[in-house]
Order: sequence, then structure tokens, then C-alpha cells
Amino acid sequence: MNKKTGWAMMTVGTLALCGLLALAACSKKENAEQSSGAPAESTAPAAAATPIDPATVATVNGTVKFDGTAPKASKIDMSQDPGCKGANEAENVVVTGGDLANVFVYVKDGLGSRTFDAPKDPVVLDQSGCKYHPHVLGVMTGQTVQIKNDDPTTHNIHPTPKDNREWNESQPPSSPAIEKSFAREEIMLPVKCNQHPWMKMYINVVKSPFYAVTDKSGKYEIKGLPPGDYTLAFVHEKLGEQDQKVTVAPKDTKTVDASFKAAAE
Amino acid sequence: MGNRLKAIETPYNRAHHAFAIFTACATLVVITAGALVTSNDAGLSVPDWPTSFGYLIKVPHFVGGIRYEWSHRMVAGSLVSLTLAIALWTVVVERRRWLRWLAVGAFCTVVAQAVLGGLTVLLFQPPAISTAHATVAQTFFCIAVAIALFTGRKWVEEQPRVEFDARRPSLFTLTLLSIFVLYVQLVLGGMFRHHGLSWWPHVVHAAVVSFVLVWTAVRALSVYSRIEAVRRPAILMLSLLITQLCLGFTAFLTRVAWGHNAAQPELPMVVSTVTHVAVGALLLATTVILAIQVWRHVPVAFEERVPQAQQDPSAA
Ligand code: HEM
Repeated sequence: MNKKTGWAMMTVGTLALCGLLALAACSKKENAEQSSGAPAESTAPAAAATPIDPATVATVNGTVKFDGTAPKASKIDMSQDPGCKGANEAENVVVTGGDLANVFVYVKDGLGSRTFDAPKDPVVLDQSGCKYHPHVLGVMTGQTVQIKNDDPTTHNIHPTPKDNREWNESQPPSSPAIEKSFAREEIMLPVKCNQHPWMKMYINVVKSPFYAVTDKSGKYEIKGLPPGDYTLAFVHEKLGEQDQKVTVAPKDTKTVDASFKAAAE
Repeated sequence: MGNRLKAIETPYNRAHHAFAIFTACATLVVITAGALVTSNDAGLSVPDWPTSFGYLIKVPHFVGGIRYEWSHRMVAGSLVSLTLAIALWTVVVERRRWLRWLAVGAFCTVVAQAVLGGLTVLLFQPPAISTAHATVAQTFFCIAVAIALFTGRKWVEEQPRVEFDARRPSLFTLTLLSIFVLYVQLVLGGMFRHHGLSWWPHVVHAAVVSFVLVWTAVRALSVYSRIEAVRRPAILMLSLLITQLCLGFTAFLTRVAWGHNAAQPELPMVVSTVTHVAVGALLLATTVILAIQVWRHVPVAFEERVPQAQQDPSAA
């Protein structure tokens, strides 16, 4: 009987375990997606950039508003790390006098088969005061993102992409900048630090240089756009996406405003 | 039939039993430490594994998420050593072969658990792996508690009081069903906690868990309350279930209802989710103990055995 007890227990344990692993395995879709992504560094060489006549280019600008009462910013408590002395408000919805900051605006459609070279200059993501600066960043596919740590503490930088390769690296104080690039277009790719769980930001990887992020006064400007019909997307990390059509003639300056309402919860 | 349980004369070894209890308690500490890592979203604060920032045991700058992740790694490492010790000790002193195997199994489980822990770090916490890590943790806890039970004086020395169970489903079946629904609940909770599923399957399944566990406890307490070894875990299981439901609602309020916009894990969220995980582990282990005790004290009466017994009266 004692022998039986042992075997019965082991069998129960094993069966239960198999069941749960099967269950758990069923619901893992994104993982397959991620691992199918080639490493960011192995971008296929892009076709030569399509020339744009600088004499005809247009500009689109505008202001993004927040409609209604702005939600109160969540409080941050940095007491768990004496090396952190930043502002104690989260930046998930930043509204100043009705103007909405941190909206990523980009040309989502209308560029056809045009290709663009990634700029040689890197875009900079700085960590200081245990916050990311900027909170929302735009970068072109293949362009270098230079990540700096200006804090007297260690950070880890951990993007959690859907379509790009995931990585997680730690960066001690005064260590050299980390340089990375992303191979695929991806909007609102979350980046976080697991040492300081309030540290979150978003990288937007696009194929064209026609993007901007709204500033504190909700303003954005996209320059150098060849004449044409475009779909402009306004994307906010919490409030979602809005698309608008715009047609620009040569040397035009068009204003396209947008307005977001509080997200339904 | 009862005599067969005592087929092997096993001497009670107090020190061995005490060490087994210590290992089981240490496991609960490691589970709590692990729950603190998840609740503080600190799982990836140390990006490398098995080293931590390049060293095996050098204390890093002890701030932020590192405090949780690094401490969890260290207590878990100590648990691996404790398990190795209890496994070796058992293999050396234990006469029951199945218990020696169980102890070896415990060591294999803790090693598998460490590997799963490493995989969660190196693969950036895929929900399935993190959930497997949470589930194997509780499985290991059940094994550790079972070893403590099997090495106890009561188990070794007492003459079990046996009552045959002729009801269907038998109490033993009910205890196995309880363990099964608890495992499913653990997987659903883990999948929610690790962002692989929504919260509702876990909350809906809590009703199933409550039904099955209450059924089991009511059967145990109404029919076999005279058997202390069955009554006590049944009462404990019921109390832990109620506690767990309350903690579950608190975790839901702090984490889902109020906390979804929080900039970081807040204290009420952390406290409620960590206790919910720890009490979940205690509930599972208690149910496993109940099943073991029911197996021992309330064996299932098989009708088909009767004619055989009649053929051979000496078997009675
Ligand atoms: C019936 C008994 C229950 C058991 C045995 C149980 C067990 C568990 C376990 C083991 C986990 C954590 C899994 C892990 O380690 O990753 C968990 C997570 C969770 N459970 Fe339960 N649970 C029960 C009932 C409930 C109920 C009734 C609710 C809510 C109404 C609830 C809400 C939650 C929540 C919100 C989490 C996730 C916590 C977090 O995100 O950190 N649970 N549960």
C-alpha cells in the first residue's frame, strides 16, 4: 500500500502538470510572432531612396487637443531608489490647458512604393531623474537609437515589441551609451525599466521620415512632404489611434488638428 | 488491509523530519519571494542568468526591482541546497523505497524549477514559461510538505484508523478532483498575472474551485469527522478557501479595478497579490495532504473484491 501511495501521488502530480503545461502552451501566440522576427541588425538592404524635389515639398502641422476633463496624472513614488530624483507624476496622459502632448503623428498611407534612407544621426533616448526623455520617440527603421544613462543608478532597458526582436540590457551609471536599431515598423512599442517600474516610454518605428510627436502645447509639424494624398495617423499610448486624410499641393502648408476624448474604461 | 500500510518497519527520525519541515517552510518563503518579484514587475531587473550582473553571489547595488529579483535568486539557490541535503539524507536513512524516490523527485523538481526560472529571464518572461515556473513552484511545495508528512511521527508510528468508503464519487476521487481544479486555477491565475490571459477565466473558475472544494470538505467532515487526520486538513482547506476568495477579491480590486492606471505597483496591490499567491500555495498543499490522508484512512471499497475475499477466507 505504501508503494501505491507514492506512485499515486507522483501520477497525480505528473498528470496535473502535463495538463497545465498544455493549457499554458495554448495561449502563447505573440511569442511565436516575436521569435519569427529576424534580429534587428539583419535588415535587408533597402532599395535606393526615391528622390524628392525639395522645391515642391509641403508641410503639415497642427494641434492635438484633449476633449473633456483631463485625467489626474498617476503619482510616482521613487523612494525605493535614493538615486532617483525625478518628477513624481506619470506621463501617460499629459494635458496642458486642453493641449495633448506625446501624440505620435505619422504618414500612415499615401507614400506608395517610395523608400527613404535612414538618417545617419542617431535619435537619443536619455534616462535622467529615473525617467525617459522623451516619453514618446519616433525613429526610422534601421536608424540608431542611442540610449544614455545620466542617473547615478543602474537602469535596465527592456523593449517589449510585437514585431521586432525583444532584448533586455542593464546600464550602470556613467557607462557608454547603448546603441540599438529596430528592423520593422512598429507603433507604440513599449519600453520599460524593471528596476524602476514607473519608467515606461514608447518607441515608434516607421519607414518614412514623415513623423512628429506633439509637444507640451499639443503642436506638431511634419516637413518635407512630397505633394500627394495622405492618411495621417495620430496615435496616443492610452487614447488610441485616429486617422485623417490630407491632400497637399506643392509648397503647401496644411493644418490638420485632432482631438482625443478620454478612453472608455 | 490496514496492516499492509505498516509492511515496512520505519523508525521515526526526529532530525530528518524536522529538516523536512524546515525545507517545506523555506519553500513557502521562496514562493513569497517569487510572488514579490512578479507583483513588483521586477522579473527582468537582473538581465543575466545564472549569474546576476556577471557574478554568482556578489551583492549588487540593492535598490528598486533588483532587491526583489536578486533576493529571490538567493533564497531559491539556498532552497536548491536544502533540497539536495534532504534528498541525500532521505536516500541514506530512509527505508521506504518510494519515499527515497520521492526525495530524489523533489530534487529533480527543484532543478527543473531553477531552469524554468532561468528561461523566464532569458526568454523575457513568456506567459507560458512564467506560469509553468509558478506552477512547478507550488508542485515542489506540495512534494516538500508531503515529505514532511511522511517522515512525521504520526505517519510512521500510528496504526491508521481505516474506514472504507462505499460512496460514489469516493472521497478520494473528490480530493483528486480538488487538486485538479486547483491546478487549473493556478494556471489561469498565473496566465493572468503574466499577461497571457484575461482575468475572467480565473475569476469564473474560482466558482468551480469553490464548489468542488466545499463538496470535498462537506463529505470529509460529515462522514469522516472522527478521523482526525482527515478532519483537520478538511477544516484547514475550507478556511484557506474562504481566505483565498477574500484575498482574490482584494487582489482584483487593487490590481484590476483600481490599479490599472497606476504608474507602478502600489503597496496594497503588492500585499494583496503576494498573500493571494502564498495562501494559494498553502491551499493546494493542504488539499494534497487531505488527499494523502484520505488515501490512507478512507480507502475506496471495491465491490468486485468481495467474491474474491469469499473464495479465500484467509484473506479477511
Ligand atoms: C478559488 C480559489 C482561488 C485560488 C486557489 C487562486 C489562486 C491564485 C494563484 C495561485 C494566483 C497566482 C498565480 C501565480 O503565481 O502567478 C492567482 C492570481 C490572481 N487571482 Fe486568484 N485564486 C482564487 C480565487 C480568486 C478570486 C475569487 C479572484 C477575484 C475575484 C482572484 C483574483 C486573482 C487575481 C487578480 C490574480 C492576479 C494577481 C496579480 O496580478 O498579481 N482569485 N490566484
